[in-house]
Amino acid sequence: MSIKREGLDTTHGAILYLEEITVSFDGFRALNKLSLDISVGELRCIIGPNGAGKTTMMDVITGKTRPDTGTAFFGQTMDLTSMAEHQIAHAGIGRKFQRPTVFEQHTVFDNLELAMTMDKRVRPTLFSRLTSEQEGKIEAILRLIRLHGEEDRLAGLLSHGQKQWLEIGMLLMQEPQLILLDEPVAGMSDAETARTAELLNELRGKHSIMVVEHDMGFVTEIAQQGIVTVLHEGSVLAQGRMDQVQADERVIDVYLGR
Amino acid sequence: MRARPSLFSRPAWIAIAVCALVAGLLPVLNLVFPAGHALHISSYMVGLVGKFMCFALAALALDLVWGYAGILSLGHGVFFALGAYAHGMYLMRAIGRDGVYQSHLPDFMVFLDWKTYPWYWSMTDNFFYCMLLVLLVPGVLAFVFGYFAFRSRIKGVYFSIITQAMTYAFMLLFFRNDTGFGGNNGFTDFKRILGFSITAPETKATLYLVTLAILVGALVAGRMIVQSKLGRVLQGVRDSEARLMFIGYDPLWFKLFVWTLSAVLCSIAGALYVPQVGIINPSEMSPANSIEMVIWVAVGGRGTLIGPILGAFTVNGLKSWFTAAFPDLWLFALGLLFILVTLFMQKGILGLARQIDPRGKRRVVVEEAATVKETVKEAA
Repeated sequence: MSIKREGLDTTHGAILYLEEITVSFDGFRALNKLSLDISVGELRCIIGPNGAGKTTMMDVITGKTRPDTGTAFFGQTMDLTSMAEHQIAHAGIGRKFQRPTVFEQHTVFDNLELAMTMDKRVRPTLFSRLTSEQEGKIEAILRLIRLHGEEDRLAGLLSHGQKQWLEIGMLLMQEPQLILLDEPVAGMSDAETARTAELLNELRGKHSIMVVEHDMGFVTEIAQQGIVTVLHEGSVLAQGRMDQVQADERVIDVYLGR
Repeated sequence: MRARPSLFSRPAWIAIAVCALVAGLLPVLNLVFPAGHALHISSYMVGLVGKFMCFALAALALDLVWGYAGILSLGHGVFFALGAYAHGMYLMRAIGRDGVYQSHLPDFMVFLDWKTYPWYWSMTDNFFYCMLLVLLVPGVLAFVFGYFAFRSRIKGVYFSIITQAMTYAFMLLFFRNDTGFGGNNGFTDFKRILGFSITAPETKATLYLVTLAILVGALVAGRMIVQSKLGRVLQGVRDSEARLMFIGYDPLWFKLFVWTLSAVLCSIAGALYVPQVGIINPSEMSPANSIEMVIWVAVGGRGTLIGPILGAFTVNGLKSWFTAAFPDLWLFALGLLFILVTLFMQKGILGLARQIDPRGKRRVVVEEAATVKETVKEAA
């Protein structure tokens, strides 16, 4: 049932390939022949105006939405368009939603425990006991996401920024190969945004990361010399370093209006 | 190692032990002291509490799916009734030739001019086979029904409505004489169980004590399940199913597990009910009965396991009193109770008790203060 992550084939250096993906809702083309690929270990920022198709693209990658045409491959061999959400998660793609979605009625610790990589079928779950090694792992993530000391609080009582970090922590517990972050700093204070940028910079190179974000300051902070992709009306408008993209006429048109 | 909370808090263990002991004493007092003695408990009282315990077990079963996994069933009456019918088949066979028509067939079959038992009645003269049916029939029904409903991602009110439709359909099926379960009269006039007279006080006391033991056992087992990691996954289904899928769980099998378990527990409650009450008929499957079960859970406190037991006793106790004192007013009282609970006691009786408990209150205040502090810190 579950797919072994060892099966991920990245021999050609890319972890994710999207090719000619089209998704229509009632005639509206949310994605229009979108093609994109992400390299192993890359931190890729995706920007674009509202309705550019950023969230739909994430829905396609995580199996929530099926494309009308086109292919989505994880590594060389895994066809994401034929897998269910939980299978994709097992294969090693973790997703953070736009609005923080954590289990509000559970403690911070329990949230991380639920997310931890292990056999997630019914019987092993019923008899599951944490080993001290697994507890150590949760401990390490708690420090990384700056929630150490808060592990016994209900997640619903955390501040907005803390919930976002908890959700990122839950992703990390799954040891994903590819992390998708949908607007990770939306609604955060400046201090929290800076801390989140720090966190992502710590993760750089350890995971392949795709960040969708509106906040230009934040994108500049984390993109550094990496590639930034601009989406517009469901396809790629421009691609390049942040300074190149910002100087691009078409991008200025789309963002500022003609 | 990180300490997990114990199964029940110390006061809760003591309360459960005291309640179980007192409940266990009732049939003994009934047997030991003659009628008229100050310590005598009437057979009526023992029968009533025995019946309530069956309802409490059904409410506990419903709480497992509704309180923890957030799946509201408005059709649990069908599982209760199927358990009762499965046991009832044995009890009908055990009448032997002591029926009105003195046939080897139950009276209702004689009445229909049937000469032999239909195939699905074969082997039902064996008590243990019928007990197996009590577990298997509702279990398989719940599994198949749940598989298709959950696989199609039917949730919330839509799921509730089809469970309601299911129990209604079964009620109509069992009302038909040709179905072979006694039509609208159902099964009654039982004589004996495993060779013992079913009306003897000793038999009644035994059935009562078995019910009590199963109820306590189910409470402890249920608590173990909801406190396990699986229990936390179920609450994840209730609170954010999408998140659960994206961290790698397939909710289908978790829902099916708890749904089937709940159906089987409810069926056991029905199987314990039928010999103590002495009758089972299709009206047990009427939608209103299933809704009443939901009210027991809501009144007692959803998602607590102990609450539904309290709720079943409270509502049914009130019902017994009301239907004797003001028979016409009971349904109004039930409706009013449900409205009051929904408006003012969303966590039921148990939630109310926690609010009044000074320690519980302080805990709430501390949590609120912490939230306020965070908010202020953020704003600064």
